Amino acid sequence: MRAPLSWLREYVDLPAGETGRDVAARLIAAGLEVETVDQLGAGLKGPLVVGKVLAIEELTEFKKPIRYCQVDVGRAGGTSGTEPGGGSGEPQNIVCGAVNFAVGDKVVVVLPGAVLPGGFEVGARKTYGRMSEGMICSARELGMGDDHEGILVLPPEHEAGTDAIELLQLVDEVLDIAVTPDRGYCLSMRGLARETATAYGLPLRDPALLDVPPPNENGYPVQVADRRGCDRFAARTVTGLRPGAHSPLWLQRRLQKAGMRPVSLPVDITNYVMLELGQPLHAYDRARVDGPIGVRRAAPGEQLVTLDGTARALDAEDLVITDNRGPIGLAGVMGGANTEIADTGADEAGGTTDVVVEAAHFDPVAIARTARRHKLSSEASRRFERGVDPHAAAAAAQRTVDLLVLLAGGTAEAGVTEVSVPSAPRTIQIPVDHPDRVAGVSYGRETVARRLQQVGCDVYGQDELTVTVPSWRPDLTDPNDLAEEVIRLEGYENLPSTLPSPPASRGLTERQRLHRRVGRALAGAGYVEALNYPFVGSAVFDQLGLAPGDPRRATVALANPLSDEEPGLRTTLLPGLLTALRRNHGRGAQDLALFETGLVFLRTGEETDAVRLPVERRPTDEEIAAQNTTLPRQPRHAAAVLAGARERDGWWGSGRAAGWADAVEAARTVARQAGAELVVEAARSEPWHPGRCAALHVELDGARTLAGHAGELHPRAVKALGLPDRTCAMELDLDLVERAGSGRVPAPHVSTFPVATQDVALVVDAGVPAAEVEAALRAGAGELLESLRLFDVFTGEQLGEGRKSLAYALRFRAKDRTLKAEEASVAREAAVAAAVERTGAVLRGA
Amino acid sequence: MSAPNKSYDPVEVEALKPEEIDRAKDEALAAVAAAGDLGALREVKAAHAGDRSPLALANREIGALPPQAKAEAGKRVGQARGAVNKALKARQEELERERDERVLVEEAVDVTLPYDRVPEGARHPITTLSERIEDIFVGMGYEVAEGPEAETEWFNFDALNIGPDHPARSMQDTFFVQGRTEGEDSGVVLRTHTSPVQIRSLLARELPVYVICPGRTYRTDELDATHTPVFSQVELLAVDEGLTMADLKGTLDHMVRALFGEGLSTRLRPSYFPFTEPSAEMDMVCFVCRGASVGDPDRPCRTCGSEGWIELGGCGMVNPRVLTACGVDPGRYSGYAFGFGIERLLMFRHNVEDMRDMVEGDVRFTLPFGMEI
Repeated sequence: MRAPLSWLREYVDLPAGETGRDVAARLIAAGLEVETVDQLGAGLKGPLVVGKVLAIEELTEFKKPIRYCQVDVGRAGGTSGTEPGGGSGEPQNIVCGAVNFAVGDKVVVVLPGAVLPGGFEVGARKTYGRMSEGMICSARELGMGDDHEGILVLPPEHEAGTDAIELLQLVDEVLDIAVTPDRGYCLSMRGLARETATAYGLPLRDPALLDVPPPNENGYPVQVADRRGCDRFAARTVTGLRPGAHSPLWLQRRLQKAGMRPVSLPVDITNYVMLELGQPLHAYDRARVDGPIGVRRAAPGEQLVTLDGTARALDAEDLVITDNRGPIGLAGVMGGANTEIADTGADEAGGTTDVVVEAAHFDPVAIARTARRHKLSSEASRRFERGVDPHAAAAAAQRTVDLLVLLAGGTAEAGVTEVSVPSAPRTIQIPVDHPDRVAGVSYGRETVARRLQQVGCDVYGQDELTVTVPSWRPDLTDPNDLAEEVIRLEGYENLPSTLPSPPASRGLTERQRLHRRVGRALAGAGYVEALNYPFVGSAVFDQLGLAPGDPRRATVALANPLSDEEPGLRTTLLPGLLTALRRNHGRGAQDLALFETGLVFLRTGEETDAVRLPVERRPTDEEIAAQNTTLPRQPRHAAAVLAGARERDGWWGSGRAAGWADAVEAARTVARQAGAELVVEAARSEPWHPGRCAALHVELDGARTLAGHAGELHPRAVKALGLPDRTCAMELDLDLVERAGSGRVPAPHVSTFPVATQDVALVVDAGVPAAEVEAALRAGAGELLESLRLFDVFTGEQLGEGRKSLAYALRFRAKDRTLKAEEASVAREAAVAAAVERTGAVLRGA
Repeated sequence: MSAPNKSYDPVEVEALKPEEIDRAKDEALAAVAAAGDLGALREVKAAHAGDRSPLALANREIGALPPQAKAEAGKRVGQARGAVNKALKARQEELERERDERVLVEEAVDVTLPYDRVPEGARHPITTLSERIEDIFVGMGYEVAEGPEAETEWFNFDALNIGPDHPARSMQDTFFVQGRTEGEDSGVVLRTHTSPVQIRSLLARELPVYVICPGRTYRTDELDATHTPVFSQVELLAVDEGLTMADLKGTLDHMVRALFGEGLSTRLRPSYFPFTEPSAEMDMVCFVCRGASVGDPDRPCRTCGSEGWIELGGCGMVNPRVLTACGVDPGRYSGYAFGFGIERLLMFRHNVEDMRDMVEGDVRFTLPFGMEI
């Protein structure tokens, strides 16, 4: 809502020196969001006067039409323009590039010495071969809007020489206010004036306090069939509108400053009254309305062409205004083209002379739904959605009638129609200290009552207040609404600052600690966290090489995705991470390691559509459980991707390319944070390289459970995704890993007896996994084995085709004594024997 | 070693003659002094203090002396050997010192050489800033609560007093999950705020409830310099007996000081949210200019645009209707809540100029933030 300060002053006697910014500060403190204070005409300096075009000479020697005009500017003429009105009164000669005016027209002339908005200084200068003593102005040059089609032609009644700055109200301040949905009454000058008056403690001249004749039987017939959708309908008729009547400048200017474009006198008047009182109005051309006006819900299949020229198929829920033929308007949203008033400004036959004015009150929900359904948000619907004062309807109709009579020379018919559903004023009971208890401040009864009265409430009672809410505040329904009114008018800035005493916190949960630990561990290992969007589409699954039936393709789909290419929610973190990797690579980074932890969205196959639960009570546990079954499963995953060098070349020697083992190690790093052990085995799974993919299992409730994969990506996926060669990746279900984690770590016994080290080299088939050999060695070595480490893998001719040698260092130690050499040897032999038995290993050199 | 021989004349044992011992000692000391490096000294040591050295050989002969002569001979040989060993040790140390000075200088390196063998890692500042805020409130007695990102409309809207006709529920703002058949309403959305976690906390926890709810949230904005469809929020909820707006203000003041420094305060401006009543926008004093830039064109403040205040987010007293929907008696309990976007906070706390920097995962943006923020 844009509120010109000059208009506000009409209702509140603000101190003379008060600026727009001053008023804005007061309104902000009272809870209105004043976004800007526009300074209209800032820097504007006269002389700027009304001119009458006396003669036009068309100059034809230029590429475009140029006019050399003689303009009567009254007493301002014949000077170099230093003092308006002080000249000899001679006409000015002015060059003009516009052609939308004729001899006799009134225009706005800026004379030499003046400064236009934007700092444009006007002087007498030679242009197009003629001396131009000033300029004829367009609306845009005057800061009156964007209309630069031609120069501004004024209504004929203004005298040449009149000061146009005053006439056109060019200097003003406009407060632009974002009105929150609860304050519909602030979508009017009346409401804003009320807030301003309260903020300054000044009286308000309420523009809705008008003398309205009581309803009678002679008004235009109105039949409201849906009284729930329309609880009030006032109709008035004005006849004999003068053809050619146009909106006076003051009316046009107020509309412009408020952000509306002047259209025609009757339309401008209805818009003006809407801005003034907040009541949306509609004017029907009486000649085009066939029979009584009705209000009802639309019938199936009905259609209406609205004023914007769009044909709309109506919904059975839409509230419509009808005549004998059917719908003539979408109630509270937009009128129909079939009863549109014709421009009275056009001096032709067929201009509207008789109008029926509608001022009605409609159900906010019905209007909101219709506006949304038809994607048609209008000035009227915005107001009805947020709540319009139903008691202002009759006054708004009266004000419209008055203006039509005054400005268009019409005659008000004596008939006054008012259909209304009687309603008692709403009351709210609150303990007198309720605002105190909400704010943490002792206001006392006097303050509470006074503030509520300023809002427009009537207050009765002492300890228990009975508060009657004004008709323009439908948002005040609960005790806390009244508390807010008191607290905001007393000033949020005056609230004290205190701290409550919560009970002792248990701190972060184990799970939350784990999530932080995982992040730190991966970052410590050289991975950079990336937080990627979860939107995916089938293209990336194709690039990853997922089979058509791969469960990761079964995404949770959005009804309104940002991009139709990515309508689903991620089932794996890899698409986002690999995109980030590619982006970094594309920007010149080479050695990259990224990670992410976040939710994935998995269809359970058992989703039901959600049932809307009540809000008047706590839902039952069963109802909550049923809500939860409508949701996809959303486990937290951890994933890492890497490419380039894991260790760089440098003065220290050569580095090492990132490889599949780094990806597996990243997974182990994650598992280690949870205290979970990963069991690794070779696997084939997209998008990994079939020979370089590790399946990662955890032990859960005694069962080996797949928790993720790690390794080098499939070269086809790497190519399809445009990734650096040999990009590696791992992804783990972090929730599974967390569940598999051991709790408290038992402290190890640290033996101080000497260690006995024994090395073994075992030759096995190349296909035997090292993990199996190690497991066999451990099992065979028994309790004395302190640690075991694979320190070399060797293949060569002397081993034979398809064989490999694994060299292990075994460290033996006893808790209670120095081991004898024979004891260590026996343990070593047992370890080797187990490996021989389980994996077919042969002791090398034996 | 020879056996004692009582008839043996000590004077007859050549090697034990005092002048012999002195001579052997002098020769040894001279050799030690003459040894030029550690290798030469090692040879000197073998020759003059080793098992086959004259003094060692003389020592062996002591046993052959009659008892009355042993003591004196032993003393003489012992003193001679002691002197030699002492000289050896001193020379050894001297030569080692010389060597160390020379060799360690030769081994010197350029310690300014860079070492970026293993690339660095870092956590995302959105994550660490969120954790920092969590920690402030955990320190005050709050607990961290989490919930699903795909959420039912009841949790995301209805329970928060956002009725079916509220404009926020339009496709303009909210991502809706498709129903089982296309075009059907599933009743599931991507949460538009972390407020549904407040609802879940009130339903699941014992009163009083003091929780902080961080997490990812979604709105249908296109990504540009100041918007992102996926963003992070932190919300706070406190429900207890007797909580007031003054408590809300105090809590906000505390948070702002913990995040931005002592002496800062907040300002509440009336506003409207369906889930709080009364509602407010919260601003904090600009932590850079502290208001000094207001009306001073010579000292403009980039952080607050010379407004003196920075908008933080929305807050208010929990609407009693929300408490009712969660089975909490609004006659007995009251609460306050607030929420704000982490991206925005990061933007002005660290002068991030473009929202895209926070969502693209460019390592150059993230690396400087390290492990904590």
